[in-house]
Amino acid sequence: MAEEVLAPLAGKVLSVAVAVGDAVEEDDELLVLEAMKMETVVYAPADGTVGSITAQVGQQVEEDDPLMTLD
Amino acid sequence: MAFFEQLGILALTPGMVVMWLIGVTLMYLAITKEYEPLLLLPIGFGVLVANLPLTGLMIPGEGLVWRFYHYGVEWEVIPPLIFLGLGAHTDFGPLLSQPRLIFLGAGAQGGVYATFFAAHAFGFTLQESATIGIIGGADGPTTIFLAAQLAPHLLGACAVAAYSYMALVPIIQPPIMRLLTTESERKIRMKKARKVTAREKLLFPVAATIVIVLLVPASAPLIAMFMMGNLFRESKVVERLTDTAQNALMNIVTIFLGVTVGATMTAETFLRGDVIFIFVLGLVAFSVSTACGLLLAKLMNLFTNDKINPLVGAAGVSAVPMAARVAHKMGAEADKKNYLLMFAMGPNVSGVIGTVVAAGIFLRMLG
Repeated sequence: MAEEVLAPLAGKVLSVAVAVGDAVEEDDELLVLEAMKMETVVYAPADGTVGSITAQVGQQVEEDDPLMTLD
Repeated sequence: MAFFEQLGILALTPGMVVMWLIGVTLMYLAITKEYEPLLLLPIGFGVLVANLPLTGLMIPGEGLVWRFYHYGVEWEVIPPLIFLGLGAHTDFGPLLSQPRLIFLGAGAQGGVYATFFAAHAFGFTLQESATIGIIGGADGPTTIFLAAQLAPHLLGACAVAAYSYMALVPIIQPPIMRLLTTESERKIRMKKARKVTAREKLLFPVAATIVIVLLVPASAPLIAMFMMGNLFRESKVVERLTDTAQNALMNIVTIFLGVTVGATMTAETFLRGDVIFIFVLGLVAFSVSTACGLLLAKLMNLFTNDKINPLVGAAGVSAVPMAARVAHKMGAEADKKNYLLMFAMGPNVSGVIGTVVAAGIFLRMLG
């Protein structure tokens, strides 16, 4: 079952470290958000494979917005 | 002969040269270390030019920089305009989503009051003590606002101390935070806050102005402008005014404020033993405020199941958003998936209000 990765806080997507199909382990870095001029890393909540990525670099996201899914 | 009398170099004193070094040091810190460069760069340059002899820049009624000081600071124009811009930048959402965090912003003013009493015990007048104590709020414009009215001769020293400690938040706060919290406390993940509606954000600046000004009328110049700036932002109908308050106006008044504060730091007013003491007391004020915020959060945890990470209490000093960033980083050090930034912003913005209220109380009692 796919697990959604949600934005832990509002911010701008600075970079995405993974691509669709990548296998990730829990706590691997997925992407970096910028909030209050500070970089905040979003980590994988569980082991899985990146199913889809909705977050685009440069995009402004709100808290709890979906960023990607892990299968 | 008259030509030689007008040569500045012959009127130079050793104290002036020492002040040049201080001015250059501030400019160095601003440029190379990027410590509060928007303020420390013009302050540093202001120190330099104010200590060049025979310029007349600070002669009352005549000098160019004196006019900036008189009409900008003594007339209480510039600090409230800075607050207009700060209000236009501030999102009260994190505070409104967890109103209990406002207590942390109030509690973190403990250092202000403790240092007020300590400075008085060391022989400073009540007015001077209040001005030194307010450094603990780590809020530059409020410090300048209060100093101009209660102890203008300390304005330069207190303003530089406040801005220095704001810049040094990431260095000063972490050891205190580590000392007063356990690893497991730093790992506390706070419960997601509720969503705040646009209507709540719109009503807040109006309601807060009424309540705070009714309680502490002397805080009105800063609070009223702060909340008007915030009303611009949240109304969403005056984007041009919001943008001007946030950027162009803020930048203009920052230039005048910086050079003016610097120019108050002449050798006669700054090179005195008590100025070093002011820096020490200011550091004590700031450290005690940090500790008070942390300890109050721990105290609140004794009475609630919905635990507060004590680190966000340290953000109750008003250095926005540096103190919130420090709380976030410290939380992430203990648990990399702990995102405290927005929780810390609540006490952080309420700390701004807390410092202004403290200044208003001092003004009412001592002004």
